[in-house]
This record gives sequence, structure tokens and C-alpha cells, in this order.
Amino acid sequence: MFATDLALATPLLILAGAALLLLVVGAYLPRPERLVGLGAMAALAASAVAAVTGPQGQAFSGALTADAASVFAQVVICLGSLVAIPLGQAWFERRGIRHFEFPVLILLAALGMGMMAGAGDLLSLYIGVELQSLALYVLAALQRDDAKASEAGLKYFVLGALSSGLLLYGASLVYGFSGAIGFDEIAAAVKGEAGTGVLFGLIFMVCGLAFKVSAAPFHMWTPDVYEGAPTPVVAFFAGAPKLAAMLLFARVLAEAFPLAADQWRQVLILIALASVAVGAFAGLAQTNLKRLWAYSSIANVGYAVLGLAAGTAQGVQAMLVFMALYTVAVIGFFACLAALSRNGRPLETLDDMAGLFQQRPWLSLALTVFALSGLGLPPFAGFWGKYYVFMAAVNAGDPILLWSAVAALVGSVIAAFYYLRLVKVMWFDPAPGETDRPPVEAGAIAVGAAAFTFPVVLGLMPLIDHYAKAAAAALGLG
Amino acid sequence: MALQAIAFYLLAAVTIAAGFGVVSARNPVHSVLFLILAFFSAAGLFVLMGAEFLAMLLVVVYVGAVAVLFLFVVMMLDVDFAALRQGFARSMPLGAAVAGILAFEMVAVSAVVANRGAAGASEGPLAATPDAPNAEAIGRVLYTDYVYFFQAAGLVLLVAMIGAIVLTLRHKPGVKRQVIADQVARTPATGMRVVSAKPGEGIQE
Repeated sequence: MFATDLALATPLLILAGAALLLLVVGAYLPRPERLVGLGAMAALAASAVAAVTGPQGQAFSGALTADAASVFAQVVICLGSLVAIPLGQAWFERRGIRHFEFPVLILLAALGMGMMAGAGDLLSLYIGVELQSLALYVLAALQRDDAKASEAGLKYFVLGALSSGLLLYGASLVYGFSGAIGFDEIAAAVKGEAGTGVLFGLIFMVCGLAFKVSAAPFHMWTPDVYEGAPTPVVAFFAGAPKLAAMLLFARVLAEAFPLAADQWRQVLILIALASVAVGAFAGLAQTNLKRLWAYSSIANVGYAVLGLAAGTAQGVQAMLVFMALYTVAVIGFFACLAALSRNGRPLETLDDMAGLFQQRPWLSLALTVFALSGLGLPPFAGFWGKYYVFMAAVNAGDPILLWSAVAALVGSVIAAFYYLRLVKVMWFDPAPGETDRPPVEAGAIAVGAAAFTFPVVLGLMPLIDHYAKAAAAALGLG
Repeated sequence: MALQAIAFYLLAAVTIAAGFGVVSARNPVHSVLFLILAFFSAAGLFVLMGAEFLAMLLVVVYVGAVAVLFLFVVMMLDVDFAALRQGFARSMPLGAAVAGILAFEMVAVSAVVANRGAAGASEGPLAATPDAPNAEAIGRVLYTDYVYFFQAAGLVLLVAMIGAIVLTLRHKPGVKRQVIADQVARTPATGMRVVSAKPGEGIQE
């Protein structure tokens, strides 16, 4: 019995074991950064392989679920974390910061995300969220001599604690009124009409999770944290953690409250539209690219939530496809920012990007691809994500959802302004000066992600579609 | 039974009196000591209810760690508590109103719990089993049914520890530290040298 539990938890056990081992290795070796980084990358790759090849089922009396959805998420999480390690280590090393704890914290964050992706009850949900967030708070503040990074870490921590409080309060209400913590048991206890108490708890939990994915109106921390935190760390936590939190979102709603769908759909539509609106309008006024992409991520999470709001398996599939494609694009974008500097000063504002095409054609091409993908122009990855979301919203057969999709489309047209402005500045404005040689690893990751966003994604789309469909079917929405 | 009743009233009275002492003592250190007394009496109340594990936790965690931390903070920070207490009479009505609302809420919640209103659908908490003390009962499930949560919570604490170290530990080059190994390894040959000083010039390094 216990052996099967452990077999189901293998992807997580690999991460936990590697984190503990590398911590000891790092503490005793004189210059352990490179070795610990390689070890952490190997562990992440092993965890992804173990998730794909491992058995599926429920472990630890329902606390941990290994199904197609958790496998899908685990693979994306591991890839996103794996890329962040060389990107971050080289970036910190250039600034004279040597922390072997960086890869270890990434491993522990990935472990927390894995727990979130496979959470089967309220306890594992909360512990997973906490493990992931706590590691991310530390990563955000890792550059501790930088006032902005410290501010970002502190802000992230305080608001994250607040959102955990909301989540926990909601969970306690749900537990109090349904008498169960397992998602299946909650669904059985709630039956049909959800009472006011359970609904209250559900709404609080939705608010807490919306905080974690930075959906409006719980988005205020995002721009400040993205701006202040070290760029490669932003590349890490703008991607994979949001996918994990979105899957957790879907899991809670689909497995614990399938019959209260009419109630939670209204809330999700509201959150989705607010996010798209905030992302589109507030982004117009931004000149700092990290802040701009923070608003872009708020808008993108809005589209993902819209997919979820459809309340169908197709909607969950759309959300997973959207988040997986977005994760790659956002990592690539921040890798570009990590690669670019002029006289040692990182290029972070829109004006800094002027004339980039003449000096760094590859990187500016990559940035163009990410901007056009964020805009949702047809052959790029961002278009496919939005296509799935809008199809799901239209096929759900609900007029409100149909109009919401139209509104979200309008939002995406408004947001097109800032994406296109970035492209225009890079290609047509005169350059203020020479840029430094981009570091190899950041440049490679940026160009690789851009190549995935277009054209590799076209070839992979059937595959992603297939696995996302299987994952969505595992959550059991009609 | 009578003995239990006497113990209950005694402990309850001491708890309330100590609670009053916490807010009325002039010296903040006395307040913390009263707080510790309140924790101890509350632990006694838990034992009376058959929850000896909670009693143990209260003493170990709250008295052993939290109250001692309070004591350190109170002693180390130079807070003028007399000044803080200036507006006591002015804010008294508001405080009394909040206390009244709190008391009403507690009575209401107790009444609901007594009628099993909120959690009516479930079977409720397990009854205390006299043959297995509850510390043992918790120990039985902690590493079996709840091993996943227990270990994961341990990892959360590990992250907190790593974070605290990464964000605060600094290796400054000029700081002199005691290295006991170096001290032990010192011999007369390394620790002493003979210098010949010329008369009237002293030692020049």
C-alpha cells in the first residue's frame, strides 16, 4: 500500500531528495555553484521523465493525484524550472552573487508546484501553495543589496501571506460546512445546490488563488514585484508557477465543486474580464518593459481564466494549452531582457530598445516574435492559445460567455498598441549607442523560446492538443 | 467528580486573574510573566478536558518559545509602556464595546457548535478513547495516514530556514572570529617569539 503511494509520488520524491542532497553538497564543497546547478537540472529532467513514465492513481488516501493533468503540468513545470537555472546562475554570477541555494530553491519551488498540480485535498493544496510561494519570495529577494529587489521580495511576501490567509479562510469555511477536506468528498457532501456557507468558502478560495495567478482585482503586487525582482527570477515565476496555480484552480472547481458550476462561472467571468481590461489599459501607460510584461501577464491570465469559466472539458483544455504556450513565451521574453545590456546597465525601458534591430538582430527578432505572440497574431503561439480559449467560450453555449469572449477580444485589440509600439521602437527608431555582447546562455534560451513560439509550435500543436485534451478529461468536467 | 470541579474552577479563576494581570500590570515584564501563568492554567484546563497533547503543546510552544520571545522583545526594546497607556480612559468605551461583541460572538459560536449547526452533515470529531492517550493517537497517524502532509510541512520549514540564511548571512572579510581549532593548535613555537631590543629604542615592528 505504502509502496504504491511512494511509486505515485516518485516525481516529487526525486525533487525533494535532490534538494536535500544538493543542500548538503553545497554546504560542504568550496565552490559548489556549478555542480549544484547541474545536479538540480538533472533532478528536474528525471522528475519529468518519472512523471511521464510513472503509474497513475491516487496516493496517500487521496492527498496526491497522479493523472494526465498532473503529468502535463509536471512536464511544463520541470522544463520551465530547468531553463531558469542556467539563466539565473549566469546572471547572478555576472553580478558577483554566488548562491548555491538558487538551484535548490528552484527545486523546492518546483516541488511545491508539483504538489499543487496533483493536490487532491485542501491540506495538500495549501501546503503545496505555501512551499512554492515561500521559495519564490526568497528568490525574489535574492539580490539582497539591491533596494528594489528587497522591496519586491517584501511586497511579494506580505501580499502573498494575505492571499494565503484568504485561501486558508475559504478552505476552513468549506471544511466547516462540508465536513471533508478531500475534493471528492467535498463534492459528495455539497451535492447539487451549494449552501451559502460553502459558497462563501469557495469565493474566498477563488480570491486566494486569483491572487496567486495575479488575476485582477488581485493583481496589484505583480508590476512592482516583476520590476524589482532579478530578471531571470521573473522569467521563472511568471511562467510555471502560474500554470501550476491555474491547474490547481481548475482542479478545485472541477473536482470539489462540479455541481456549483453555475455559481463559480459568474465569478470567473468577472475575474477574467477585469484582468483583460486591467492588463490592456494599464499596460498602455508603461515605459518599463518588466512592468509592461507584468500587465501583459495579468491580461493573459485573464484569457486563461476565461477558458476555465467555460466550465467544460474543452475550457480546461484551452486553459492548459494557453498556459503552456504562454510559459514558453514569457520565459523567452525575460531571457531576452536578461541578455541585453548597454555599458553594463540592463535594458529595461522602452526607449532603451530603440534601434535594437541594427545591433542585435537575433534578439530583436526574438522580442518581435514574443510581442506578436502576445498580441495574438495568427501563426504565432499566442494566437493558438487564444484560439482555444475563444473556441471554448463560444462552444460553451452561454450568451454571457459569448459576449465575454467578444469583450476579451476587444481587450486584446487595445493591448495590441503596446506590443506593436515595442516592435516599432526596436525596428525603426535610431539607436542611442552600442549594446554589450549578450551572454551565450540567455541568448540561446531567448532564441530557442522564440523558435518554439514560431515556427516549431506549428509542428507540435497536434501533440500539445492531444495531451492537453487527455489532461482536461482527467479532471472530469462534462 | 467534585475534585475535577474544584480543579476546573481553580484553574479557570487563575486563568482569568492572570489575564487581568497581563493588561493591568505596570511593568511589561510582569505582564509577560502573567501571560505565562495564564498559559499554564489554560494547559491545566486542557488536561482536565482530556486533551493532554494540546496541553503539552501549549506549554512547550507558547510558554517555551513564544512567551520567552515576548520577554526578550520587551526587555530589549525600549518601549515606554506608561506613555502607551495614556489614552486608556479615553479608548475604554470602544474597547469595552469590542470586548462585548467578542463575548457575544463566542457565546453564539458555542451555542451553534453545541447544536452541531454548521457541520451537521458530517459525523463530527472522533470521541476521546480512554485506552489510547491522544498523544499516542496522534503519533499513530502522523507517520502513517498523514505522512505526506507531515513531510511536506517539514519541507516548508526547510525553505523558511534556507531563506533566512540566504537573506541574512554575510561573510565579511575583516571580522575576527574565534576558531577553537586554531587556538588548540597553538604551540609555544607559533605563539611566542624572542625579540632582542636595543636599549632605549623599544621594539620596532
